[in-house]
Amino acid sequence: MDLELMIGSFPKLLSAAVITLKLLSVSLIIGLFIGFLFAILRLNKNIFVNRFAYGYSYVFRGTPLLVQIFIIYFGLGQIEYLRSTFFWVILKEPYWCAIIAFALNTGAYTSEILRSAFQTIKPGIIEAGQSLGISSKIIFYKIQIPIAIRQSLPAYGNEIILMMKGTSLASTVTLMDLTGVAKYIISTTFKPIEVFIVAGGIYLFMTFIIHNVIKFLEKKYSFN
Amino acid sequence: MELLAFGDTGWGDELFYATLMTIAVSITAMIIGFSFAAIFTPLKLSKNRLLNFIANSYTTVIRGVPELLVIYLFFFGGTGAVMYVASIFGYNEYIEINAFITGAFAIGIISGAYSTEVFRGAVQSIDKGQFEAAKVLGLSKFAQFFKIILPQVLRLAIPNLSNVWQITLKDTSLISVTGLVEIMRQSYIAAGSTRDPLFFYSFAAVLYLLLTYLSMKLINRLEIKYSRGY
Repeated sequence: MDLELMIGSFPKLLSAAVITLKLLSVSLIIGLFIGFLFAILRLNKNIFVNRFAYGYSYVFRGTPLLVQIFIIYFGLGQIEYLRSTFFWVILKEPYWCAIIAFALNTGAYTSEILRSAFQTIKPGIIEAGQSLGISSKIIFYKIQIPIAIRQSLPAYGNEIILMMKGTSLASTVTLMDLTGVAKYIISTTFKPIEVFIVAGGIYLFMTFIIHNVIKFLEKKYSFN
Repeated sequence: MELLAFGDTGWGDELFYATLMTIAVSITAMIIGFSFAAIFTPLKLSKNRLLNFIANSYTTVIRGVPELLVIYLFFFGGTGAVMYVASIFGYNEYIEINAFITGAFAIGIISGAYSTEVFRGAVQSIDKGQFEAAKVLGLSKFAQFFKIILPQVLRLAIPNLSNVWQITLKDTSLISVTGLVEIMRQSYIAAGSTRDPLFFYSFAAVLYLLLTYLSMKLINRLEIKYSRGY
């Protein structure tokens, strides 16, 4: 065990963890919007809208995140037309490519989580709202959405943790996130175990925090 | 379409073999994962605190750390570890470990952590009466487990194991960083030499979709088979 290396690499890895957290939080926020949008589209009765939303979540859940990042980072740059538009400002940056891929990916999973949460709301609750003469818009915003959010908390907590692990793939498109820096240190020092312990420890700590925050929220907003 | 031709002019046959490689790695990793689950599930269910702690650390660490980091650990650390063990037995030559074995082992350990959780959940949700009834019938421990408990565990575990399979299949794409020529690596090579990454990565996505779709169909059949009588 090379303790000196472990202590020496800790600050480097810690500052790389900040990039991991940045990637995670930005993609989660965008992903949440996408997830909400597509969950609502999934509940739409129009078969085309419905199928489109299902297709989106099927494709993004059925392919590896690595393929998605590569298509966006290496693939889209190939389209001449895109290079001449405003989008190129975003698409030439690996940082934004990674975030677009992460957001689309977590959006697909989030839409499934929210859809099943919407579908498990008991019809009686909505009927109760209707019989009180509340407009369907208010029923949706004030009754269905809060219940769906509470229902999907545990599953969404898992999704956050999965996404945090997913951000490690940013290192494949040259970003120096926690995994990227860990790989760099491993390949220069050839001490994989020491670096794994430190980097893995930081990841575990973040998992632990996320897990407990979600648990706290679940308790706070429980129905009982 | 020319790009996908079989033979020397296209990448069709290369990608076909790469797909077979992805399937081979996924199945090997799944089997390694099952062996890990077979060891750690009993430890998780045991009443001994130390054994519990060992099994819990395994599943928590593996499920809390990115797959890519685990793969790097095995990729860079695997050779060293094997050579260290070999040196104990007096063998000091350089040993090169096959990328297939390293990759399958790394993914297998990850898959095993998820499988362990699935099996633990399945065993715990079996009615206590089943264990007692098996005992009362005077069956040997062996028969109790293989004839009464295991078939029921399988029925409960299959739907969740199909999720583990999907995760494992998608995780194998990460082995491409170690140079094993599976779908991702082959697409990377093809994209590099033809300068057409959009086409090849999209095609890789289609191949993965096809694999997940077909395996879902197969697993659904298994599910029906194992839930006969319910």
